[in-house]
Formats: sequence, structure tokens, C-alpha cells
Amino acid sequence: MSAREEILGRIRQAVRDAPEVGIPRGYRTAARVDDLVGLFAERVDDYRAIVHVLPSAEVPAKIAELVRGRRMVVPDGLPEEWAGEAERAGGSLADLDAAGGVVTGCAVAIAETGTIVLDAGPGQGTRAQTLVPDYHLCVVRADQIVAGVPEAVARLDPARPLTWISGPSATSDIELNRVEGVHGPRTLEVIVST
Amino acid sequence: MRVALFITCVNDTLFPGTGKAVVSLLRRLGCEVDFPAAQTCCGQMHVNTGYREEGVRLARHFTEVFSGYDAVVAPSGSCAAMVREQYPKLVRPGSRGAAAIGEVAPKVYELSEFLIDVLKVEDVGAYFPHRVTYHPTCHSLRGLRLGDRPARLLSHVRGLELVPLPAAEECCGFGGTFAVKNPAVSAAMGADKVRNVLGTGAEVLCAADNSCLMHIGGTLNRQKAGVRIMHLAEILATTEATG
Amino acid sequence: MSGTFLGMPGNFPKNAEKAVQDSQLRFNLRKATHTIRGKRASVVDELPDWQELRAAGKAIKDETLRHLDRYLVQLEDAVTGAGGHVHWARDAAEANRIVTGLVKATGESEVVKVKSMATQEIGLNEALAEHGITAYETDLAELIVQLGDDFPSHILVPAIHRNRAEIREIFLDKMAETPEGLTDEPAALAEAARLHLRERFLRSKVAISGANFMVAETGTLVVLESEGNGRMCLTLPETLISVVGIEKLLPSWRDLEVFLQLLPRSSTGERMNPYTSMWTGATEGQDFHLVLLDNGRTDVLADEVGRQALRCIRCSACLNVCPVYERAGGHAYGSVYPGPIGAILTPQLRGMGSELDASLPYASSLCGACYDVCPVAIDIPEVLVDLRAKAPHGRAERAGMRVAGWVLGNEVRLAKAQRLATRFRKLVPRRLPGPLSAWTDTRDLPEIPEESFRDWWERHERP
Repeated sequence: MSAREEILGRIRQAVRDAPEVGIPRGYRTAARVDDLVGLFAERVDDYRAIVHVLPSAEVPAKIAELVRGRRMVVPDGLPEEWAGEAERAGGSLADLDAAGGVVTGCAVAIAETGTIVLDAGPGQGTRAQTLVPDYHLCVVRADQIVAGVPEAVARLDPARPLTWISGPSATSDIELNRVEGVHGPRTLEVIVST
Repeated sequence: MRVALFITCVNDTLFPGTGKAVVSLLRRLGCEVDFPAAQTCCGQMHVNTGYREEGVRLARHFTEVFSGYDAVVAPSGSCAAMVREQYPKLVRPGSRGAAAIGEVAPKVYELSEFLIDVLKVEDVGAYFPHRVTYHPTCHSLRGLRLGDRPARLLSHVRGLELVPLPAAEECCGFGGTFAVKNPAVSAAMGADKVRNVLGTGAEVLCAADNSCLMHIGGTLNRQKAGVRIMHLAEILATTEATG
Repeated sequence: MSGTFLGMPGNFPKNAEKAVQDSQLRFNLRKATHTIRGKRASVVDELPDWQELRAAGKAIKDETLRHLDRYLVQLEDAVTGAGGHVHWARDAAEANRIVTGLVKATGESEVVKVKSMATQEIGLNEALAEHGITAYETDLAELIVQLGDDFPSHILVPAIHRNRAEIREIFLDKMAETPEGLTDEPAALAEAARLHLRERFLRSKVAISGANFMVAETGTLVVLESEGNGRMCLTLPETLISVVGIEKLLPSWRDLEVFLQLLPRSSTGERMNPYTSMWTGATEGQDFHLVLLDNGRTDVLADEVGRQALRCIRCSACLNVCPVYERAGGHAYGSVYPGPIGAILTPQLRGMGSELDASLPYASSLCGACYDVCPVAIDIPEVLVDLRAKAPHGRAERAGMRVAGWVLGNEVRLAKAQRLATRFRKLVPRRLPGPLSAWTDTRDLPEIPEESFRDWWERHERP
């Protein structure tokens, strides 16, 4: 008998008398948050990421200011006005490693947890592009922010590769104290465009 | 109200003063107290050490002895939790044993529950002019969820100064046969509990379980720490006339 | 990790006795567990619907287990449909054989690894080494354990037993290159780990991971992490092999809305961990293999009481709150699964044939703190008590318990025994002999009273 058949058979034998289960979903699926942008910014800041909340018209200038002098990775599909005049990094792994940063948009953001989700869609880059450079600048449109985790899960497409980002890379492996900056980007800067 | 006292085997054998205190307290509050003489032990030690057969036999004996009472009061959070929380897991649902347990178990109360939830009294007229700290004990806290009931009772005791115990919710390390099966860890937990008790400057350490107090008190005595242990019932039973 | 826990000698009480005397270890563990305890409590209290999430999490896992066969087949179809390959492993040896074969097929002799309990459980690194394949752990704590030739002692933070000064020593000793003037500041140590692994990440062709969740409906795998080493391993290499226990499933995509709230808050005590990666099948041109691991899980599943242990999402909240773990440390449990969850999982996965495994169900005072914090409501004390009934008992203990049961079985016998004790009460020595010395080594005995309660009642109160 194949391992597959044997394991499936053992499972059927093991649970044959187990009771059926109902799933109570009494938790919040549409949390009420009065100030989504404010809460999101506060929670991102808690992770020691840098946050700016700006009217959309001021975003391009802010990006230009932040990426000046850096060789940036600019993913396909990023709005031209967000790409700024930064020098553009190449696409090889070595180029990514040598780049001064990456600028992206996002798929959805979560206020309650201060999380940004990338789904590799237009302007969000491949997973390597947002991982290898040491600086990640992410632009979040206010209408992309949802209150809680359930709202975000509902908006996402599981067929796409998803990366949930909550602050810069960190570790708590030394005496359970959180330290920012290990293998992922050590600096996360977020612009909320309102 | 006619209530049955479930003394518990540990109190019966080693701490009769606690039983006497419960009797005098309940009578003072107008209850008629009965002591069913056939009672022995709830079976917790056997069940929790892995001797289910003996434990089930003791559980059956318990349900026979205590059926038919309006209320059964035990001066032990642990033994009350055993009957209420663990007995139902010892029998097949729908069996005769399950029915018997279903009849008796809900009527079994730990002392502070009985006073507050059934008799609806918080001020039992006690007088105890001492500095006291309270250890909530695991099965009272997380098994029966007694919450602040003991503290409410103590807060009405005249003359009593209740000082909070740091890390009160942490286990003292007794754990029944755990104390002898894992003596090093048990003693280390006990040492930390004792350090917290001594830090309060209390004269008396109070709890609703004499088995935990026996462990903490045994450690205190070995250290000649000069802190007395007292069961909640003994403090609540003390009045200006008796104290 | 330099060795496996399998076949470790000793028993829990003896191992714990040694640990209790190690004051540095006690200090490290107390500090770490109390820090994380506080963090967890504050982010859990923040959610008004924690208990509802917990109830849903428990039920979703029970539903998964109830129809595990169906969901596994659904998962297999979805992963295969998305270009991945699915393998089934009955036990550790089979899983190791599959993974070794897959790595060999790539022609590589080095792999990078994301922290995974399943691969530790099966001793994968050692199996790969036997075939000349070197596995590099990339999680900081795993790296500390691997470099220090040590055993993991915690599910989330395998090097929890080490403090910063000890970690610095290990790095200076074992890393080929360390930054000049390396201090014991956590940030400096993290930087050293970054430099140490950077090149390896960029050139590795094969990675091995576990997964926190697999979604049957969509074939999606989910890995939660903090450092970015997970993203490095999951994203950059050409071949990704994930070894995952069959119980790690969730039925539907939507179920993640529950577990992505329960796990980070219970585990690192954060609202969300820094990085979560989700992928479905072969992604961005990668070759993806999923190895589904049984290794004793179907035995656990067959146990009516014990199967709830398979709900575990490896958050380690139970370790962090356990007073026994805090004092005994993780190594005393002799398993990759230490603490309260280990005390119920290890004896079920491995059986209770060894002295060590048979002692694990007793490694608890049954205080219940673990059950309170468990995000999927595993009633650990209930399973412990159930396992104790199945554990082998020593002959002397069995005889003693039988006598105790006989005496307590009837009030006349109990009263006689009490009177006997009362009569000889002045003769009880301060230190008891034999196994009971375990009590009197550190504690005084209570004084035996002149009269039992029942005799007092008989004399004064009987109507």
C-alpha cells in the first residue's frame, strides 16, 4: 500500500466515531474603527517603522525627497509619479543586494495590526525585489486600509504570492527582547496617501 | 438551609480545626449543618496520579453519600473542582454514573462560593486584627473561577489588613503527588511562593485549600519564617467573642 | 542541531533537578518567560473578541481533524493543480528519504533551512548529513543552537536558555568571521547573524521549510516569521521543499482570519509578526515540493481525549506561562516539544516505552495556566491526567495507591487509620524515609492532630 493510502486509511479509522463539529464565528468580521488612517499610522509606528500621512498631491515630492541619492528598485507597474527621479537598480540578485532600496505600493493594509500586504501585483514587485534591498518605501492609499484581519483576508487572492509586512525585520531571539533589523529590510518607511 | 459538610480527607485527618470553623461559621449564618459520616475522599489523588479505577470507586462512593442534599459545602477549592469539573469526565455520557454525578456535582460548593452565591453574604461578622495575605490556589482560581469572592469576604473582616500577594496567580508547587514525584521543581516553586509571601510582611498566609497551605507552610516552617498559615474558614469563623 | 533527542536517557524529575540548580539558567528562563508573558497578556487583552476567536480556532481545528482525510486530498489536488508536487511520509525515515532524494536530484550539497519543528522532530539535518548534505539553520535562535552544538529548549525561541553574553561567546567561537569589537548588545548580535548568512541566502539553490498552516481549499502554505530569513529561504532558492505535519491544515482560506490573529498574539506577543509569507504551488518559477508527514499523528488522532493535542499551532504560550517549564527548562523534557504541550504530545507521538517519556505526563502540577492561555483551548491538564492513567506505574507506588484506595474506600477503615496515626503522632520523624523523603527534604510535615474531624464530630455533634 502506498504511504498516501495508508495514512488516509489510518485517519479514517481514527476518526470514525468522532463527533461532527460546528464552527462558531462570533468574532468581529467588520470592526468599527473611526479613524482608519490614524490607527494604521499609530500601529505601524509601534513597530518602529517610519510613517508619513500626506495628501496624495504631496506624495510624489515626498518620495523624491526620500529616494534622492539612492539607487532604487522600481517594480513594473509602479505609478510614474511615485518612481521619482531616482537612479534605477537592475534586476539581478546582485543588483538587488547592491540597491539602495525599493519603492512599492501595496494590495491592502490593516489598521488594527499595522500590517501591509503585498500580492506581487502592479507596482509591488516580485518577492525578491521587496526583500533583498535594505530599505523598503511603501505607499499605501487610504482606501486600501481595512480595519481588521478578516477584512484583509477577504480582499486577498490566495492564488497570488502574498507577503504580510508588519514593521521592519526583527528578532526576539535574544532574551525575548525585540530588536529591529535582521535579514529583511532594516528600514521600513510608509507613506499613507490621503 | 440544611447543608452537608464535605470535610475532605486531608482536612478530616490533618486539619480538623478547619472543619470545626466551617461548622461554627455556617451555624452562625443560620444553616443546619450535617456531616454524613460515610464520606471519605473525592478520589482526586488517585485520578490525578493515574489510578483511575480506584478514583472512580471513590467518586461513586462520594455521589452515593452526598445525594439528596440541597447543598454540599467543601472547605477546599481543589476537591470541589474535582467533583464539579473532573467527575463528569470519568463516566460515559448518558450512563447511570453520569446521571448520578449530574445530580450531585452542581450542588457542591467551595466555601466562599456558598457564602456569596447561595447565602448572599459578604460580611460574615468576623473579627481578625492581623495583617493577612491571600494565595488564591490554582483550582480555585482557574478551576472554579472563584475570582474575588475570598477577597470580598476578607475585606469585610473587622481589623483585618489584606495585603496583596505578588504573583498570586502562580502555582505554589504542591500539585498533589507532584510534590513528591517532582520534588526539585516543586520545592523551587514553593521557594518562590514563600519569598513572595515574606515580601508582603504579612503575619498570616490564608488560602481556601489546606493542601497548598501544607506545602507552603511546611516550607515556611522549615525556614522558621514566622508566618502562620490559616484556612479562609478559620479566619471567617473568628469573632470578637471567640478571637 | 547537533543531535536528536531520541533515546535520551534519564527522566524528567532527574533532568529537572539538575536544571533547578543552574542559577544562570533559572535567571535566563525567568527573565525571558516573564517578558513574553506580559507582552502576550497586553495584546490579548486588547482584542474584545479573544474568547470568540479562541472558540472558533478550536472548532476549526476540530473540524479539520474530523475530516482530515478529505481535506488532505483536497489540499493535494490544489497544490498539484498549482504546479507543486506532493509526497506522503508515514514516518521520520520515509520523510528523510524523500527529502534527501529531492535534494540529491538538484545536485546540491547545501541547503538553507527555515526554523521548522517537523524537521527537528524527524532529525532531518542528521539524515541529510549522512548523505553529505549540509543543512544551514537560518533562524537566529536555531543558528545559536546549531553553532553552540546544543539542543533547542523552546518551541519559538530554541535558544531561550542562553543569555546575550553566552550568545556572544558562541558567535566569537564558532562563526568564521564576526564584526570587530562584537558586543553583547542584541542589535550587534543580530547584525553579526545578518552578515554571517547574507551570502549564503543569495547563493543557495535549495531551501527546506515547514509551515504554520496549509489551506485545503486553495493549496496555500503559510509561514509566519520575524527576521526575514524565512522570506529569504522561501523566495530566493530555485527549489523549495516544505515538510509539514498532516494536522497543520485549515479547511478554508477564510479560516486564516482567525489564526492570523490567534498565533502572533499568543506566540511573540505582537499584534502581528513582522513577516508572513503565503504561496500556492510553484511560485515565481520555483520548483515546489510538499512532504506531508504522519510520524505518529494518526495514532494521536485515534485517541478520543488525546487528539485535541493535534489542534496545537506551536505558539508556545503554554511554555511561557508554565511554572514547571520556567524552572526545569526545555532540555529536561528530552524532546523538540518541551513544556506543557510537549508533556502531552511527546508521549503520544513516541509512546511511553522509555523512562523519560513515561515521566512526562507527570511533569506538571496541573495548575491549569497552560489551558487558560492556549489559543485553541487544548485542555492540557485533562490530557495529562488521561495519559497518567495509561502510563506504566512502579510496583511500590501501585501497591501504595491500592492500599490508600482501600483505606479511603470505607469510612470505618479510614477512621481506624486516622486513630492509628493519632496514637503514634509524637513518633513521626522530622525526616521521612524512602520516597516520602521527597516531602521532608525541603518541607516540614504538618502536626498530626489529637483527633480527626470525624471523631470530634462523633463526640460533640452527633445528634
